[in-house]
Amino acid sequence: MTATGVNEKPGNHQNPAASRVVLTARDLRRDFGGFTAVNNVNLDVYHAKVHALIGPNGAGKTTVFNLLTKFLQPTSGKITLLDHDITNMAPARVARMGLVRSFQISAVFPHLTVLENIRIALQRPGNLAVQFWLPLGRLDVLNDRAMELLTSVGLENEYDSQAADLSYGRKRVLEIATTLALDPKVLLLDEPMAGMGGEDVGMVAELIREVAKTRAVLMVEHNLKVVADLCDHITVLQRGEILAEGDYATVSNDERVKVAYMGTDHD
Amino acid sequence: MTEITMTPETRQSAHRIQLALLSVLIIGLVIAPFVLYPVFLMKVLCFALFASAFNLLLGFTGLLSFGHAAFFGGAAYFTAHAVKEWGFPPEAGILLGVVGAAFMGLIIGFFAIRRQGIYFAMITLALSQMFFFFCLQSEFTKGEDGLQGVPRGHLLGFIDLSQPLNMYFFVLAVFAIGVFMVWRIVHSPFGMILRSIRENENRAISLGYSVNLYKLAAFVMSAALAGLAGGLKALVFQFATLTDVAWQMSGEVILMTLLGGIGTIFGPIFGAAFVVTVQNYLSTTGFPVTVLTGLIFIVCVLVFRRGIVGEFNASRLAAKLGLRSRN
Ligand SMILES: Nc1ncnc2c1ncn2[C@@H]1O[C@H](COP(=O)(O)OP(=O)(O)OP(=O)(O)O)[C@@H](O)[C@H]1O
Ligand SMILES: [Mg+2]
Repeated sequence: MTATGVNEKPGNHQNPAASRVVLTARDLRRDFGGFTAVNNVNLDVYHAKVHALIGPNGAGKTTVFNLLTKFLQPTSGKITLLDHDITNMAPARVARMGLVRSFQISAVFPHLTVLENIRIALQRPGNLAVQFWLPLGRLDVLNDRAMELLTSVGLENEYDSQAADLSYGRKRVLEIATTLALDPKVLLLDEPMAGMGGEDVGMVAELIREVAKTRAVLMVEHNLKVVADLCDHITVLQRGEILAEGDYATVSNDERVKVAYMGTDHD
Repeated sequence: MTEITMTPETRQSAHRIQLALLSVLIIGLVIAPFVLYPVFLMKVLCFALFASAFNLLLGFTGLLSFGHAAFFGGAAYFTAHAVKEWGFPPEAGILLGVVGAAFMGLIIGFFAIRRQGIYFAMITLALSQMFFFFCLQSEFTKGEDGLQGVPRGHLLGFIDLSQPLNMYFFVLAVFAIGVFMVWRIVHSPFGMILRSIRENENRAISLGYSVNLYKLAAFVMSAALAGLAGGLKALVFQFATLTDVAWQMSGEVILMTLLGGIGTIFGPIFGAAFVVTVQNYLSTTGFPVTVLTGLIFIVCVLVFRRGIVGEFNASRLAAKLGLRSRN
């Protein structure tokens, strides 16, 4: 079963020449035992664009993220990042190349402070990660940058709280700030707004719009209003395969999409 | 960004109190051999260092090794052999024990870190049992007899370690250096990464850390420090035997660490002191020690999971003293 129609070809969005492809997936497939969770998925993620990956529960969105970031090895297919073949690369190395993800379930370091959480991300580019002989005070050189990042997401007053003590929504905000601390070239966000309060959703949407000016963003999001507002290009996944692709107007008017997804979730 | 400068200040006052407590502990340890039996105290210090080394892995990296006896007992054999058979001075003998334990840590760690949780523990147990059987069969360990009559020798050629007080202060110094090293590693940029791995390994990977290398480094450091304790113990008791490499020893160090409080600097020290004291006391009564250790273990897991020091740190008194643990 393959996706049909004009939207079949990946990267078929407006003005492809103006932007360059930074992350591609070709014929991506992943089997779990006899079950094929992801099949025949092709993606082109563009620099300075927000790309949404949507689809009903269990469609395989998180699995695609795991494949792209190499947390899972694809059964077959090919992934390239910035023209490098990363299909067989270790996940940490992929992250060091500039493809950084967030997780569907909030992933902070719960028993570290908010500031320490951000600093973990800053330590590696700052070359302050292997020194087992230096005192912790050496990490203070990262504080200014860390506070800047925290201020950009409105967490500056909580810098000394344990991450575990933050509300769920604020943890997600911290996670995004931590991800941004690495200054990634491609950002993969798995339902970044899930569980967030209304004002945080607005703030994070603004933040994503801002950071997407200088990097590629691929995000899974169930909130279709956010998708409509924020995303330049949308890929709809169903049962592991691409059902439709295009901008919001194209996708939301697609009959199959209406049946498979929006019919149940919209309004 | 003014508030940020407050944090180091409040932490500094906490540090001052911690330093004061530390001084009390050190003064106590300096006076102790004049009040208590030095060999007993040295045994406590050796196990306290062993448990601290173990805690570097369990408490601060989140890896439960069930094979640390191999490093502790292995180093005891290496040191004993080097001193007795090759005539090494004590400091060189201990160094050899440390290097040997680190090397074993590299090999066992290399295989173990590929797996997680219970599988990690099982691989460490299996490999340390292989080492146990090697020691049982091998010529150089003298089998069931062990290496007996290991001379303590002269430290740096002129300090006679057969004098109990000289030996005691040597052990105390090595213990202090060892615990300081654990403290330094934990409170370092590297230690922060270890803690992040303990907290959320996948997140650490997604931030670009090759966590297996960090885990292996921590494993080798922990093994080397366990070896330091083992080598020291061989000189204190002047023998190295199979008990030190047996799996029960791996279990004992887990008990000490859990009892004292994992993830705290002082927990393993208190835990070791408690267990060694109880064992010493019971050995004169004929009460089966294993029954009691088992009971203590159950009580510990059921009632105070944080261990002695962990519970104290979580108490109001500790909060007042600014000691609230942040781990
Ligand atoms: N490690 C795994 N082993 C076996 N099956 C898996 C594994 N990971 C995912 N699956 C299956 O693959 C399918 C896709 O799961 P995935 O988590 O990718 O969906 P999703 O689109 O992210 O859904 P949601 O919107 O609920 O997050 C599901 O049927 C899931 O049960
Ligand atoms: Mg998902």
